Amino acid sequence: MIIRKFAALAAGAAALTLTAGSAVAEDTVEVLHWWTSGGEASALNVLKEDLEKKGVTWQDMPVAGGGGSEAMTALRARVTAGNAPTAVQMLGFDIIDWASEGAVANLNDVAEEEGWADVVPAALQNFSKYDGNWIASPVNVHSTNWVWINKAALDAAGGKAPETWEELIAVLDKMKENGITPLAHGGQPWQDATVFEAVVLSLGNDFYKAALNDLDPEALGSDKMKEAFDRMTKLRSYVDDNFSGRDWNLASAMVIEGQGGMQMMGDWAKGEFLKAGKKPGEDFVCIRFPGTQGSVTFNSDQFVMFKVGEDKQAAQKMMASAVMNPEFQSAFNVVKGSVPARTDVSDEAFDDCGKKGMKDLAEANEAGALFGSMAHGHGAPAAVKNAINDVVTQHFNGELSSEEAVEELVNAVEAAQ
Amino acid sequence: MNRNRLQDLIPRLVLSPSMALILIFVYAFILYTFYLSMTDSRMLPSYGFVGFDNYEKLWNLRHWWRALTNLAIFGSLYIVVCSVLGLFLAILLDQKIRGEGFLRPIYLYPMALSFIVTGTAWKWFLDPGIGLENTMHQWGWTSFAFAWIKDRNLAIYTVVIAAIWQSSGFVMAMFLAGLRGVDSEIIKAAQMDGASNVTIYRRIIIPMMRPVFLSAFVVLAHLAIKSYDLVIALTGGGPGQATELPATFMYSYTFTRNQMGIGASSAIIMLVMIFSIIIPYLYSELRPGRQR
Repeated sequence: MIIRKFAALAAGAAALTLTAGSAVAEDTVEVLHWWTSGGEASALNVLKEDLEKKGVTWQDMPVAGGGGSEAMTALRARVTAGNAPTAVQMLGFDIIDWASEGAVANLNDVAEEEGWADVVPAALQNFSKYDGNWIASPVNVHSTNWVWINKAALDAAGGKAPETWEELIAVLDKMKENGITPLAHGGQPWQDATVFEAVVLSLGNDFYKAALNDLDPEALGSDKMKEAFDRMTKLRSYVDDNFSGRDWNLASAMVIEGQGGMQMMGDWAKGEFLKAGKKPGEDFVCIRFPGTQGSVTFNSDQFVMFKVGEDKQAAQKMMASAVMNPEFQSAFNVVKGSVPARTDVSDEAFDDCGKKGMKDLAEANEAGALFGSMAHGHGAPAAVKNAINDVVTQHFNGELSSEEAVEELVNAVEAAQ
Repeated sequence: MNRNRLQDLIPRLVLSPSMALILIFVYAFILYTFYLSMTDSRMLPSYGFVGFDNYEKLWNLRHWWRALTNLAIFGSLYIVVCSVLGLFLAILLDQKIRGEGFLRPIYLYPMALSFIVTGTAWKWFLDPGIGLENTMHQWGWTSFAFAWIKDRNLAIYTVVIAAIWQSSGFVMAMFLAGLRGVDSEIIKAAQMDGASNVTIYRRIIIPMMRPVFLSAFVVLAHLAIKSYDLVIALTGGGPGQATELPATFMYSYTFTRNQMGIGASSAIIMLVMIFSIIIPYLYSELRPGRQR
């Protein structure tokens, strides 16, 4: 085993020395990421082993902390010191910010050779490309407009999964009567914003795009926006009083245990249900947020390739290509709960919710109903995103009325731009 | 002669590296931060000069005013209650009671914990779902309610409670040292004049604690202004933004919101606040002619 590995390593290294034409003893990629939890780490291991087979040494640089703000702080220090890692896990507008600093590599030759442009959804390419050049390999697509419902609680509340806002309210009311917390929710700004963007999307695709992607002041200040905030107030009435500060996975646990009826959360929540031994369709139901069927708000983890010395470029390109390998995309995303970032991957290995996610993504992509998630850094730059989160959170916690929130939203977005 | 010169030189030689380090890593970076606060830096430092724009934006932010209001509530309660409680505990311990050697460290131990530990422990203790309220309910007192940490108007007071728990023992130790330094002759003289214990404390001993009050104030005030970890562990700034303090504001704007210019300007404002406390103190302490 060890000998075989060594032989493969030596062969890979030899092949590389031939192609690169230099006397590099060993190719390494240094990867900065925040996939440290059990499932994520083992998903990433697939990529690591694949690369090691090709003779590329994987230098792991994990910085724990969901959402990656700690990782971004670490990256800032590394880049400022002139010692960028080979590849960095990154989300949305962070990618564009770094690209505009001129810190990223160019992957055009790999991308052209493998035809990435045909298989990666156009909305994703907005983040994988900068100025027309490929700079990143997308790993996955999470969509955020999901609702996870406890099947038993749904059956007790009529059994029909809601498809419109009115039906949703009817189900929530029924669950309240049945004595459970209808909406399991964690009071953290990003979670409030996740629900908010689904509500905005349920008021229309164009409205979502105008308000949360194009940041059109007219849409932000419209009556529809007030309606969105009113709906948030309504949803707040189904959340228990002990919600503030609760982590999202604890809210998922409430739904798993049946104390909570449903959770509005991105598809990473599915991992919690699966880990608890629950089966999609039998123990829990996954639906799109009522009123957003056919549309998808996404966020996508990508490996952004940074500018590195020539001795490391061959390995960097191998990694970029390995990430886009359909087999890896399938293996990784089955474990992670997300769906592949290319639309030509077979859905065989995925469960029902995963299959639905892949189908929805492909359909939304074709219908032009695939939008960047504002709450997860794919709708607007960080400053704007946080400004919006501030308002949504204040309103959800009752500090602002819906009218005040609309007004504040327009001002906050303007000030942050 | 030669030896004398060496003796002159050695202290300077020994001190100069640390002096240089402090100059660079403290004062130079203060200047750098000040410069950044005048630039259009967002994600990374950049050097487009924009004058006082960032300060103008900062003072227009609701978020920043919220942080300042919270600091005013937190800081004033923290300093006053800590001083009063510390003095009270010190006076009690000063009654030549038995077991003082055992009691004193009990009050001091919280200081040995980091604010992160204090914050996490109090977070659980105050959480209505698992902490005090839940315990009371299980014991049968079902009408008991204590959910301040979830209430946006009251959450800042839970930060005060945790911080006081942490620091009052330390203030007690400062006062205890002060009380032990009081000349017993004075007290004896007062007792001979027939002054009661209360009067002795009120009219003689506590007024003599003036320098201790001043030191305690300076220590507590700068702890309050730079307070960050406690809030992060206890409430994470929530519910909503109800417990944001300037330090949490500074971190989030500089490092997670890509608004480094505004973050730097808030850091400078905090520095000015701290200087406005420390400089008068240093001045009064180091003024020549008061050295006794």
